Amino acid sequence: MADTPIAPAGHVRLGSNSGQSMTRREGVAKVTGKANYAADNKPEGLLHAVYLESGIARGKVISLNTEAALAHPGVVHVMTPENAPSLAVSPDEKPVPFSARMEVLQDNRVRYAGQPIALVLAETLEAATEGARLLAPEYEAEPARIGFENGEAYDPEFVTTGTPPARQVGDIDAERKKAAHTVEVTVDTPLQYHNAMEPHVIIAQWDGDKLTIDMPNQAIGLARAGIATYLGIDPENVTLRSPYLGGGFGSKAVVFGPQYLAMLAAREVGRPVKLVLRRDQMFGPVQHRSATRQTVRIDLDKDGRILALDHHSLSTTSSFDDWLESAANASLSIYASPAIKVSHTGLRVDTGTPGAVRAPGLASGTAALEVAVDAAAYRMKQDPLDFRLLNYAETDPGTGKPFSAKALRECYAEGAARFGWKGRPLEPGQMRDADGYLTGWGVGTALFHAPFFPAKASAVIRSDGSVGAQTSGADMGQGAWTALAQMAADGLGMPADEIEFEIGHSGLPDGSVAGGSAHTASAGSALFAAGSDAVRQVAEIAMNDPESPLYGAGNEGVRASGGRLHRVDDPARGETYAEILTRAGIAEVEGQGRGRREKSAAEQYAMYSHGAVFAEVKIDPDLYQVRVSRLVGAFAAGRIINPRLAKSQLNGGMIWGLSFALHEEGIHDLRSGRPINNDLAGYHVPVLADVPSVESILVEEHDPHANALGIKGVGEIGITGTVGAIANAVWHATGVRPQRYPIHIKDLLEGELARQRG
Amino acid sequence: MNLFDYKRPSSIADAVAAGAEPGAAYLAGGTNLLDLMKVGARKPDVLVDISRLPGLGEIETLQDGSVRIGALVRNSDLARDAGFAKAYPAVAEALLSGASAQLRNAATVGGNLMQQTRCLYFYDQQSRCNRRQPGAGCDAIGGETGKHAVLGWTKQCIATHPSDFCVALAALDASVELQGPDGARSVSLEEFYTLPTEDTPGGADVRPGELVTALTLPADAAHFAGHARYIKLRDRTSYAFAIVSAAAMADISDGVVQDIRIAMGGVAARPWRARAAEAALKSKAPTPELISAAAEAALADASPSGDNAYKIELAKRLVHRAIEQALAGTPQTIPALPGSVFAAQAAGR
Repeated sequence: MADTPIAPAGHVRLGSNSGQSMTRREGVAKVTGKANYAADNKPEGLLHAVYLESGIARGKVISLNTEAALAHPGVVHVMTPENAPSLAVSPDEKPVPFSARMEVLQDNRVRYAGQPIALVLAETLEAATEGARLLAPEYEAEPARIGFENGEAYDPEFVTTGTPPARQVGDIDAERKKAAHTVEVTVDTPLQYHNAMEPHVIIAQWDGDKLTIDMPNQAIGLARAGIATYLGIDPENVTLRSPYLGGGFGSKAVVFGPQYLAMLAAREVGRPVKLVLRRDQMFGPVQHRSATRQTVRIDLDKDGRILALDHHSLSTTSSFDDWLESAANASLSIYASPAIKVSHTGLRVDTGTPGAVRAPGLASGTAALEVAVDAAAYRMKQDPLDFRLLNYAETDPGTGKPFSAKALRECYAEGAARFGWKGRPLEPGQMRDADGYLTGWGVGTALFHAPFFPAKASAVIRSDGSVGAQTSGADMGQGAWTALAQMAADGLGMPADEIEFEIGHSGLPDGSVAGGSAHTASAGSALFAAGSDAVRQVAEIAMNDPESPLYGAGNEGVRASGGRLHRVDDPARGETYAEILTRAGIAEVEGQGRGRREKSAAEQYAMYSHGAVFAEVKIDPDLYQVRVSRLVGAFAAGRIINPRLAKSQLNGGMIWGLSFALHEEGIHDLRSGRPINNDLAGYHVPVLADVPSVESILVEEHDPHANALGIKGVGEIGITGTVGAIANAVWHATGVRPQRYPIHIKDLLEGELARQRG
Repeated sequence: MNLFDYKRPSSIADAVAAGAEPGAAYLAGGTNLLDLMKVGARKPDVLVDISRLPGLGEIETLQDGSVRIGALVRNSDLARDAGFAKAYPAVAEALLSGASAQLRNAATVGGNLMQQTRCLYFYDQQSRCNRRQPGAGCDAIGGETGKHAVLGWTKQCIATHPSDFCVALAALDASVELQGPDGARSVSLEEFYTLPTEDTPGGADVRPGELVTALTLPADAAHFAGHARYIKLRDRTSYAFAIVSAAAMADISDGVVQDIRIAMGGVAARPWRARAAEAALKSKAPTPELISAAAEAALADASPSGDNAYKIELAKRLVHRAIEQALAGTPQTIPALPGSVFAAQAAGR
């Protein structure tokens, strides 16, 4: 593969497509039902699989009535630990990144409620469902350990997948001695389940040792490598199709036990197998956001400057794996402080293993930090925004590195102006609207990492004038089909709607992970480079062809636009790609591209997207129902490829923040360990009526270091900051400082009663 | 889901005959029954589809001034019936505060009466539940009880009745018409739900084969049209069951409360008529003190069944609010957020 330049080539310009608010390329297909989601596929001879989930949270399965299930009309096969085939690699191994320990019927142990304990294959979904019910499991149960009070605490070796569990900057004890004021808050966050609209789905079919899979997936390259390893086949023999996802949020970056069971079963019975998780099954083996109990202590000098910031997070994980939410690390990157200490403790409970949920670490971490910062501002009798500006971090507090770009000050200013923050009373409970509702305003700082994943793409220019571009990347609904095509089109020098574009297939160049808010930057850079590379080849042909008007124009002397190359010094002199290739007798040229981040930049700079979120809440003064009447967020995330889609991501993130603040909570019965609100009637997310006004502002920011194109991410940052902004607005309205999420009527009423008691 | 038979009788008599068979269940809108079947809480052998039975889809005003609502009238159709909504605005508001638009379009008023509690332990098939299996025990007690009953509960069952509609109906002394193998009967909606006792879990009083055919509102129910409200407290604005709700309806002349009806939802296994609260205001010129006394009286017998003492205080405040709003008068139009404490905000005031 040609190692194409990372910097944009001189002959193509970013901007004719990028930066435009194009509507979704696949929009019509989606609204007319033509977009083919994984579960829409119906290969011939399809069998339906349903797994039976454990009803206990810890112990053993001691009997399953497989005879009854097999006797049910339509049931073809029942897989249990007694007859299940093994993986080529232990399910406790983690052969590729994003692997997680999983259950594939390797034994009869139960480690959490909802764990698959048998798989039933049948000719119909109904027969498989009833077959699973007829298995009537009997258990040898041990007491469930669940909740903050019942888990087993431990000191972790790392958080997430390898981040150190504790860090210290400066001398926290020394700084504390200088402090004039101290504020400490403790905030709990609950278990949260991803609950994408589309549940996890797989259709697996084998042809000899070749496996074809339809499965929504955010990380096609990694999924393919993992599947090949676990199944003991060549990665080339795995075809994974994932053109559309109905939401991923992190839980479709990993392939879990249930999907492996379907693959094993399809091989076992020699027929295609389809498995679609029921909504209630989304509350077990497919990860979730850990519950956390966070304590933030802020020591301040007499003027309100932070001297010491101490953030500790206790977070839950499973009994058999090690993912921990890196919540406390939020305090490493947002506010300036001479001394910072962050630390994490793990708590083993009998749930499935948690994992990355949209804005991992920072959603939970800022949910606590922003409340503490607000409390500190109030202690100093300072406006919360002024307090944040006073403690503005000019360099990354955790590393001391300069930021690659940071337009947070502008975010504060533009957001505050749009929201109308000026004149906010310092004291809580001061504002009522015309209808008598308590009104509160809160602010939160938003931040998310700007990682970059190495990615590949290819592009083609044909002698008939058609052009195309490809990468394996994934559209989770965020708009990759559109934004990535815009970048590919700019590379190719063509309007976006005139290029053939393909993503979501393992046969395409590895576009890396749609995650970490890095997909547009990573896969997009590769696509741009691939298109540029193809154009470069066409340009070289023309410039070396004496019959071309571009002959001898030199590398920097031509420019691509509208499928045509022309001389920079005379745009009238040029010709189309088709004319160049046809005359040369070349059917097509293929360009290859990689997206990378300069290593030196990665070492030198701290890279983040930043933002400020302002929330207004209305609260009934007696009944305490809360309504978030306005959300305004201003975000700086480098170059924006598609403002419409970017705002959609930011608005969606802020709505998720509202969901975190007021609604979402996975409730497990503390005695049985079972999730008991495991459907969308019980597990609340906001409805439209809960979000009367949400607005995002794109703040201009030029980031010369994040990558050649200056793109950062907008997929996750909207959640961060919003949670705290709402909690702070609730305090400002009521004087009750929330100590747990989601904030409910019960908490505010009990808060009032507690204050009355003094 | 278990295998089951499906029958679609063409007359009420045939339906009742089919429904009287062991293991039969009536299917109308299916918005609750099918969910129950999917989780295994109900396993009928036969579904008797009554959704196309003739004669059960009418809203009729009878000669004596009472109104008869056929059991198959859809929730949204009843709420949007202009004449009905004008005469019984709190009933319409209650209906529109329930479930989601999609569910209201599918659900029938008869089915609304027959819906099951949303107690999480009733739905979790591995939990013990006296309602599902008499004598099994109740795993809700000692579990997640933040939204459970504070009135009329026993150790047999602490679940609440989930309907909004029925709260407004109970306030208006609605009655339920049933057709069974032994003929027709009519029962007051309030009595239709038996409360748990020391030995029984309570529930809808339906005898084998009985089919709800209609609801009736008595003639005097129309006297409250000028002062009728329903308010529902919940943690999200739509598609959520009430933590507590309250209907208040008054008939006022010369500044005196001639008659008043107050009922609460989300507090007990039946829509709870607060007669003591009514008595505190009846035949009186309302004052803030009297309203407070009424609200206190409404919850005088309440006690927490778990981690839900807050509901008692909340219900008091809500009854207080509902009375105030009812006395202030029925709004000209049903608010954009029906039943919400933010109704005024949504109206764009």
